[in-house]
Amino acid sequence: MGVEGIGASVVRKEDKRFITGKGRYVDDIKLVGTTCAQFIRSPHAHARVKGIDPSAAMKMPGVIAVLTGQQLVDDKVGNLICGWAITSKDGSPMKMGAYPAMAPETVRYVGQAVAVVIAETRNQARDAAEAVVVNYEELPAVPDIKAAIKSGAPQLHPEAPGNVVYDWHLGDEAAVKGAFAKAANVVALELTNNRLVPNAMEPRSAIADYDAAEEHFTLYTTSQNPHVARLVLSAFYNIAPEHKLRVIAPDVGGGFGSKIYIYPEEMVCLWASKKVGRPVKWTADRSESFLTDAHGRDHVTKAEMAFDKDNKILGLRVKTHANFGAYMSLFSSAVPTYLYATLLSGQYVIPAIYAEVMGVYTNTTPVDAYRGAGRPEASYLIERMMETAARQLKVDPAELRAKNFITQFPYQTPVIMAYDTGNFHASLEAAKKAIDYAGFPARKAKAKSEGKLRGIGVSCYIEACGIAPSKAVGSLGAGVGLWESAEIRVNPVGTIEVLTGTHSHGQGHETAFAQLIAERLGVSINQVQIVHGDTDKVQFGMGTYGSRSIAVGGTAIVKAMEKVESKAKKIAAHLLEASEGDIVIENGEFKVTGTDKSLALPMVALAAYTAHNLPEGMEPGLKETAFYDPTNFTFPAGAYICELEVDPGTGKTTFVNFVAADDFGRLINPMIVEGQVHGGLAQGIGQALLEGAVYDGSGQLVTASFMDYTMPRADDLPSFKLSHTTTLCPGNPLGVKGCGEAGAIGASAAVINAITDAIGSNKLEMPATPDRVWHAIHAA
Amino acid sequence: MSTVKLTVNGKAVSVDCEDRTLLVHLLRDHLNLTGTHVGCDTSQCGACVVHMDGRAVKSCTMLAAQAAGSSVTTIEGIAKGDELHPMQAAFRDNHGLQCGYCTPGMIMSAIDIVHRYSGKLDEATVRHELEGNICRCTGYHNIVKAVLDAAGRMKVAQAAE
Repeated sequence: MGVEGIGASVVRKEDKRFITGKGRYVDDIKLVGTTCAQFIRSPHAHARVKGIDPSAAMKMPGVIAVLTGQQLVDDKVGNLICGWAITSKDGSPMKMGAYPAMAPETVRYVGQAVAVVIAETRNQARDAAEAVVVNYEELPAVPDIKAAIKSGAPQLHPEAPGNVVYDWHLGDEAAVKGAFAKAANVVALELTNNRLVPNAMEPRSAIADYDAAEEHFTLYTTSQNPHVARLVLSAFYNIAPEHKLRVIAPDVGGGFGSKIYIYPEEMVCLWASKKVGRPVKWTADRSESFLTDAHGRDHVTKAEMAFDKDNKILGLRVKTHANFGAYMSLFSSAVPTYLYATLLSGQYVIPAIYAEVMGVYTNTTPVDAYRGAGRPEASYLIERMMETAARQLKVDPAELRAKNFITQFPYQTPVIMAYDTGNFHASLEAAKKAIDYAGFPARKAKAKSEGKLRGIGVSCYIEACGIAPSKAVGSLGAGVGLWESAEIRVNPVGTIEVLTGTHSHGQGHETAFAQLIAERLGVSINQVQIVHGDTDKVQFGMGTYGSRSIAVGGTAIVKAMEKVESKAKKIAAHLLEASEGDIVIENGEFKVTGTDKSLALPMVALAAYTAHNLPEGMEPGLKETAFYDPTNFTFPAGAYICELEVDPGTGKTTFVNFVAADDFGRLINPMIVEGQVHGGLAQGIGQALLEGAVYDGSGQLVTASFMDYTMPRADDLPSFKLSHTTTLCPGNPLGVKGCGEAGAIGASAAVINAITDAIGSNKLEMPATPDRVWHAIHAA
Repeated sequence: MSTVKLTVNGKAVSVDCEDRTLLVHLLRDHLNLTGTHVGCDTSQCGACVVHMDGRAVKSCTMLAAQAAGSSVTTIEGIAKGDELHPMQAAFRDNHGLQCGYCTPGMIMSAIDIVHRYSGKLDEATVRHELEGNICRCTGYHNIVKAVLDAAGRMKVAQAAE
């Protein structure tokens, strides 16, 4: 390891601009002549749009235009798409209703846009939006899964009878039936995975700028994947062909999945910019974020697990209802299917698994991937199940897990995934040691003597990252390939630019990716610049989500570097009159082994560009590109243990200790990795204790501000104790697995297992607020 | 329209703006000081925190006119040239930021906390005092570390002056 190479916790290159107020987020950008957009949004969960009267608004100061959904239709702008086709168990394709960017006829959730005001200033646009009169005819609404699937329920889309998008399954139903027939014990569990609002701190924002002379659009947008945005806007929405559309995602203030999707607002800003002939800017306020950013989770599940007389698992049966909201968002269909049911084997040998998933429409905000996306739902189910089983079978929960761990790799699960490597005993033992698991009974007894209920909860998660082999996801219905690209440009003076198709919105790519170069060339990370987030600079890429950037994007960088090094070595060998095989790269120099002859990287680079003396037939320049398609998912795994106390008088939970033992394979920058885990844990704990999107019976989002939706604050959380165990991922040359979502995937079950252990009742749903915990104690 | 005169980061400024202009919009839209952010509309998240006459205020929750005659310091005004404020350096050294959006407000609040407690801080106090600043990335773990680290650095810097 070099001082700044792989494994070094170097401080981040990108930090200086953020700590000095020089970050450049979309809303910070000012184009000459910019106009402001304000959307007019439905106050009803379900209604017919009878008419829109903009006449009063048009007379107000500064108003340039009022544009409606019908005009979008008239201009033949396409509807929003869902990019992953799922087939129901009866062989029929999923049933989707049209998703217009502004509703011309029917609104299906509170906050859906019906029109937009374009004005000179933000305040003028807001004032005028108040004056646009929309005549609605209210329709009955379905606010949740239960209401959606009831017979006679109001129907959202004529294309989806019964409000069912699909009824999908995975696994072997007959094998599971056989497993349950010979079971010594069966454990049953019903649970809800609560709906969450992602709440990246930077609200979504877009600036669209149309150049009429060039017929060219530029879109600045808060995106995790600007190239995917350009592809979708071009190929499906008829905004502009790709070479006439530049998408820039500059500094982006957090995403957590919510900035993957192409939303109505970006589309409308592009279209409006052409209509008014000036740049159009829109920035969400927080209430708009709550109402229109894709939400996460929202599952209701019934499951049963069969055990033999030795407490070995025989089979698992799962039936889940997933709420999609009012429309199918870009990748929503994949979340409760291929990102969920494929992880239901957890860390365990489960010979037979059968999962059924019914996806339904409701009159709520669309739901899509949020940090973890399907894997938190799977992990929460399995780890609540293991805890429930241990209590029912009267065995130690950690022992029951260990007894059923997968220990031989590669391991083919019954639900598609083939785990490549892991050591689940090692992470569980590390976590048990860190929290002094053996000493817990004594601590519990002491707490009891002080009037407190103390509990301990284990969660052994596994997830799938590095999404994914393009051929495999294509065969499962994905509309895109999920490779990644990298281009390495060695400049004539020896500095290096790395262009990546991934996007950093907090993950520290500018540092970690530079470390990959430092490791190979022995140069300082300050000689390396990471370029991302601009479709005019980077040719193509699939962006950042699913903890894929280091495993897929990082590997693409390695592959491009191999090509660069190969050419540079040929040049060095030629100049040093040595054999290519004798050239080694050390500390930024190309050396001839066993001699004192060497050339510094800048000299090799300069020679490549002067081209005065290159090997016969070699092209000038030193720039290489690689497209890397992964061969498998990666499988980060680990064990989390939470110890906490509940005050039986108030139901309030207080953390005593939270330990995490993760296996992410090789760590590039341990400091950044730990930061990712901290943030993930906070979101997992937030889901368990604090967060929950609540709709009332009429489909109004009751929790639509930070005053109503409980975001985790500093005093809600403990400091975390992290450790790492390591099995190198065999699927990529770096041995990396990804670390971005683990915390959010594993934490919730540890917390709820600990609370239910403390209070001696298993009936507790997330978020486990003091009110719910108090009632659970007193109902028990 | 009104003319608001105030001092921002040591410079006297005079801004013509609508009466309803919020301080944060005066800073961002009229003075191009875009380091101060807006993260919510309800005074909850603290991305907009600046100092007014030495005290932390939420600039999205006051009118620009209320700052007339005062001295406002933003995230752009706390470093001395190339020398970072100890709180800025501590956030970088402790990895107290990820996406950076909440960071300016966090740093401005944190400096105020250290001042109010004369640097005598423990973890529980820092966590309690940060209640008005929301971060979605870091889980606060490294922010708390950074504030405690900076409290020590600021004491040393003060002693040296």
